[in-house]
Amino acid sequence: MKYFRSHVLVCVDPECLSKGAHDVMDALNDELVAQGLIDEVQVLETSRIGDCAIGPELMVYPEGVHYAGLSVDDIPFLVEEHFLKGRIAKKFVAPPKVVTDEELGAPMAKEVRVVLRNCGKIDPENIDDYIAEDGYAALEKVLGSMTPEQVIEEILASGLRGRGGAGFPTGRKWQFARASKATPKYMICNADEGDPGAFMNRRVLEGDPHSVLEGMIIGGYAVGASRGYIYCRAEYPVAVRTLRIAIDQARAYGLLGENILGSGFSFDIEVRVGAGAFVCGEETALMASIEGRRGEPRPRPPFPAVSGLWGKPTNINNVETYANVPQIILKGAHWFAGMGTEKSKGTKTFALAGDVNHTGLIEVPLGINLREVIYDVAQGIKNGKKLKAVQIGGPMGGCLPEEYLDRPIDYESLAAAGTIMGSGGFVVMDEDTCMVDIARFFMEFTQDESCGKCTPCRVGTRRMLEILQRICDGDGRDGDIETLEYLCKWIKTTSLCGLGQGAPNPVESTLKHFRHEYEAHIYEKRCPAKVCKGLIRYEIVDACTGCTVCARNCPVNAITGQRRQLHVIDPNICIRCGICQQVCNFNAVVIR
Amino acid sequence: MVVSVQEIPKNDPLAVPEQKAIIDRILAENKNLPGAVMVVLNELQAQIGFVSPAMQAYVARQLRAPLQQVRGVISFYSFFTTMPRGKHTVKFCMGTACYVGGMPQLIEKAKQVLNCDIGKTTADGMATLEVCRCVGACSQAPVIVIDEELHGRVRPNKLPQILKKAQQ
Repeated sequence: MKYFRSHVLVCVDPECLSKGAHDVMDALNDELVAQGLIDEVQVLETSRIGDCAIGPELMVYPEGVHYAGLSVDDIPFLVEEHFLKGRIAKKFVAPPKVVTDEELGAPMAKEVRVVLRNCGKIDPENIDDYIAEDGYAALEKVLGSMTPEQVIEEILASGLRGRGGAGFPTGRKWQFARASKATPKYMICNADEGDPGAFMNRRVLEGDPHSVLEGMIIGGYAVGASRGYIYCRAEYPVAVRTLRIAIDQARAYGLLGENILGSGFSFDIEVRVGAGAFVCGEETALMASIEGRRGEPRPRPPFPAVSGLWGKPTNINNVETYANVPQIILKGAHWFAGMGTEKSKGTKTFALAGDVNHTGLIEVPLGINLREVIYDVAQGIKNGKKLKAVQIGGPMGGCLPEEYLDRPIDYESLAAAGTIMGSGGFVVMDEDTCMVDIARFFMEFTQDESCGKCTPCRVGTRRMLEILQRICDGDGRDGDIETLEYLCKWIKTTSLCGLGQGAPNPVESTLKHFRHEYEAHIYEKRCPAKVCKGLIRYEIVDACTGCTVCARNCPVNAITGQRRQLHVIDPNICIRCGICQQVCNFNAVVIR
Repeated sequence: MVVSVQEIPKNDPLAVPEQKAIIDRILAENKNLPGAVMVVLNELQAQIGFVSPAMQAYVARQLRAPLQQVRGVISFYSFFTTMPRGKHTVKFCMGTACYVGGMPQLIEKAKQVLNCDIGKTTADGMATLEVCRCVGACSQAPVIVIDEELHGRVRPNKLPQILKKAQQ
């Protein structure tokens, strides 16, 4: 592979082809040869760079200029202007395609995109698109000029830490796997992104699969592995398909398989699909699942680096960790270490959800504080309401109140605040959220997903859920809070894997910061946020115009009333589903 | 529950030649993979729609794996089902954003519209209702997935219209 100073991506969508895209491409190649530029400029095929309305179009990188409406006769002019004189040929410049994407819009203020840089920009099903963005250049550099030790040294120097949540230094992990003598060794990519509200990894797999493959191949070279598995959850069929296409293309280009790029290093990757078990995101459970067994975790040590998949040394990293690797190799450890805090380097993707104006994927440098993320990146709380809590780290994370907003986001300070970095769930909750209900919701999730192998997690989470459920139902008793605290402590310290150890976090953090809400539920039989069904009652007030919409939408027919007259809700039939309030156009349904 | 190959029920996929051919093809393609049990069961679930007790016994025998392992895997992972399902699957996402976005109300409404409980199949065999884990489309919460098609920002009054897709 050669380094080119410029890449030209010619759109070969059917519409552009019919307008002569291939002729333009041929002319471009001929002209580049004639001008002696063919070793400096690479011409590639791509698709979907514009709307193809005004004829053959192309993008020129690194400038990122979009030219459209070109004919064969225009090519000598374009080559002379752009590639010889270095001027942009304004005559043919077309506005870049506007990317409309609900999950991943244009970068917001304070965002820095490293992992997400290619998402939405390149065609994930076309390896040439990725190559045009310096794709696989890092692999070439590694195989051509670096020893495995140098690769590990570079990753260590960058300060990259595991993006799956625990934050273990990636370079150290690779060192351990390299030091293991047994063969074969395996690389695993953990793409079992199960946290509710988190979809960062899916987006990377669907939008830029080659960056993950490249990171894995480089890692495989560094630790001396011969085979890689990507374990992807079954809920992501598009990601699985995209990955398989990417793997086939990489194989066809000699970037996977025997003797990669003539270096003598052989490595291949296979996708394995999960079957709907959250606990399989835990590394030992994940390996059991790949082996075709029940996905139950086992005690560590031995760590995977010593005895992992089929008892062989195995290195497991998260999707985002691998996606960072090629850029660290290309741009250098110093560049990466220049972002973030002293101990947490680089950027982190988060999936913003909940009651903020801008939801979706973001990528911010570590060390940014929560306030900046909520008010600058996410543009504040929806409908001008007040912020109540931020929940970071998925179902094993804790809820932080407003006082913590000036804390920087890094592994250490989040842990000190009682939550975890996790894989990147970021749920913002406004004043209408009941914290006891949220704690119950997360406990229901972890209880359901507990694999049942160890007692503290299997029985303990169930006991906690029962107590939380009864508090929400209005049957909370004196002493419940203390029992919860006792259970939190013991489940945390005695569970086998991260699921059990993290399960009490939502309860513990809400007990710490929102204890008064628990007390209101238990002692005053009142839900301050008016959420818990057992403690609220719906009523229709005088604003009712008798339009009958509520009565028609009520799932249990609890609403009666004549047309154009005040309607009434029978509290004995009402299941407090809240549909009447949602459908009412006159704000006549209130909660008491 | 031990089902020997001789006792295959008449309506089992193994007794239907076309489906038996699919099962055998899946087994042949993946037999030699390390960790084949998961791969084969995933394919069977995707292509046949469920993994009956007779199929489990057949898979165990073909892969030379203990039946206990196959049944253990089936019961552990929520994606596998041992009974035939409705023509359509309606999944209600219970991720954080969808839950906060009003999914419990939507489920109540859907149960009423389809006259069917969660985890069950409607009497006409058209739709199976399920609650599922976060599908990762939180920016469009609340989300309902009918077969492979995702419906976002579902409001209770729009629900009957959306559910029509699962009724025919």
